[in-house]
Amino acid sequence: MPPVLCAICHTERALIKRPKNHQKLCKACFIRIFEDEVHHTITSSELFFRGERVAIGASGGKDSTVLASVLKTLNERHGYGVDLILLSIDEGIKGYRDDSLETVKRNAKQYDMPLKIVGYDELYGWTMDQVVETIGKKGNCTYCGVFRRQALDRGAKMLGIKHVVTGHNADDVAETILMNLLRGDLPRLSRSTSIVTGSDASAVKRSKPLKYAYEKEIVLYAHHKKLDYFSTECIYSPEAFRGSARSLIKSLEKVRPSAILDVVRSGEDMARLVPGATSDSCGCKGKTPSSHASADEDNVGGCGSANGQATGGEMAAMDRQLRENEVAEAANLETEITTTKTTPAPTSTSTSNGHRPDKQRIKERSKPGTPGLPIIPKQKLGTCEKCGYMSSQKLCQACMLLEGLNKNRPEISI
Amino acid sequence: MASIDTTPRKAADDSDIPNISIQVEFSGGLEMLFSSQRRHSLSLPATEQGTPITIASLINHLCNHTMKDTRKELFILDDHLRPGILVLINDADWELEGEEAYELQNGDNILFVSTLHGG
Repeated sequence: MPPVLCAICHTERALIKRPKNHQKLCKACFIRIFEDEVHHTITSSELFFRGERVAIGASGGKDSTVLASVLKTLNERHGYGVDLILLSIDEGIKGYRDDSLETVKRNAKQYDMPLKIVGYDELYGWTMDQVVETIGKKGNCTYCGVFRRQALDRGAKMLGIKHVVTGHNADDVAETILMNLLRGDLPRLSRSTSIVTGSDASAVKRSKPLKYAYEKEIVLYAHHKKLDYFSTECIYSPEAFRGSARSLIKSLEKVRPSAILDVVRSGEDMARLVPGATSDSCGCKGKTPSSHASADEDNVGGCGSANGQATGGEMAAMDRQLRENEVAEAANLETEITTTKTTPAPTSTSTSNGHRPDKQRIKERSKPGTPGLPIIPKQKLGTCEKCGYMSSQKLCQACMLLEGLNKNRPEISI
Repeated sequence: MASIDTTPRKAADDSDIPNISIQVEFSGGLEMLFSSQRRHSLSLPATEQGTPITIASLINHLCNHTMKDTRKELFILDDHLRPGILVLINDADWELEGEEAYELQNGDNILFVSTLHGG
């Protein structure tokens, strides 16, 4: 086969075939277009402001390493004027995090960024090793995921930083959309599509600058830029590798590469139809206010290797909440029908406080099919009674899990 | 697309055929399936039943001979390379080179990168 030339520069040999449009590119043009597209996502969604301090959730893996590298490049090239800091979480799993933390330490030097490592032990009084010792290997991903989510926010708070960026990519988002679709959880589906979450609801805003980047291109970017990253599989969830949603996404990509971004777009479109929720598609299509997602509920993946997957344990832990959501969702759908009579069809800008009045009405109109079920508002954003972290329940998820753990703490654990 | 035959083949009929040398690399977590060794130098018969050896045969060979891990399905799924594993032939995406049908050349560098592992 004669070498194919790059579709952009027409001089160099093409080395990359882009999954989203089959474009064949040389190394230099690929790297440039990858960076330009992330820049487009950042500017069109107005992710940063000048002088903002931004923490990069860094695991030493491919996604966060590429994120750190690209953000550094773009910050310098386009003069964002943001102050970038690496923030890593140490779950306390011997033989797992040690090597990846070493990678993050090297990254900090390579990218000339300060690094802060926060441990589960100092945040929660438990390392994941101790959690597993207590509850066993089954369902421990739930603990890890809930703890991790808050850990980034708490770590950011310790640093006085109000914005955390994570390396979630298009594959991760598509995976989460599918999982939520399969669970019938539209409110969470809606939140998982947002590029920014928690901005107005909490002290710490989250965003995903790589939301539209294919995992394949992230890996190729890391390869061609010779980035130093670490890949591993969590020792407590080897089966995570075979995650069903992940396999499904990868098989779809094989048959039709555009499927991943198509799922992301479908998710965004569906999100707009979810009452009381908003989602932002790429900001250039029209700015929408960020969602009211509470950080503890925006469940984009439990842990890095098991993104968006539901293990049996996770399902059990979320069961109560899912039940409430289902009820609230059913009620919301019904409200939707009644409101369409009086108000114009909801547009992408119908957001914010449309929530509470709806609920008042819901309470008056008991749903015929479900007489026994009380209708519980699904999102009343408050703070956790115990730790003060924002939560939609009395206790935040982390404190709920900790309560159970502390009851079962083995007396011999010294 | 021809599927990858995973049944081990006897080496006897390969005896008179000249060999080619290739470099195989694993990264992105795949090295864990191959004795945690990133680089492997292989010598393979240049032809197989009269036709030049393809990447499909290489994958088959790696699965049957190089891979010590018993979880073969993490490398081969439904008789093909598992979706989510990228292949670079001399740094070029194998999708530009005919994928499994690519005929191996002496001195080729074949890189398998997993996109499936986390950080």
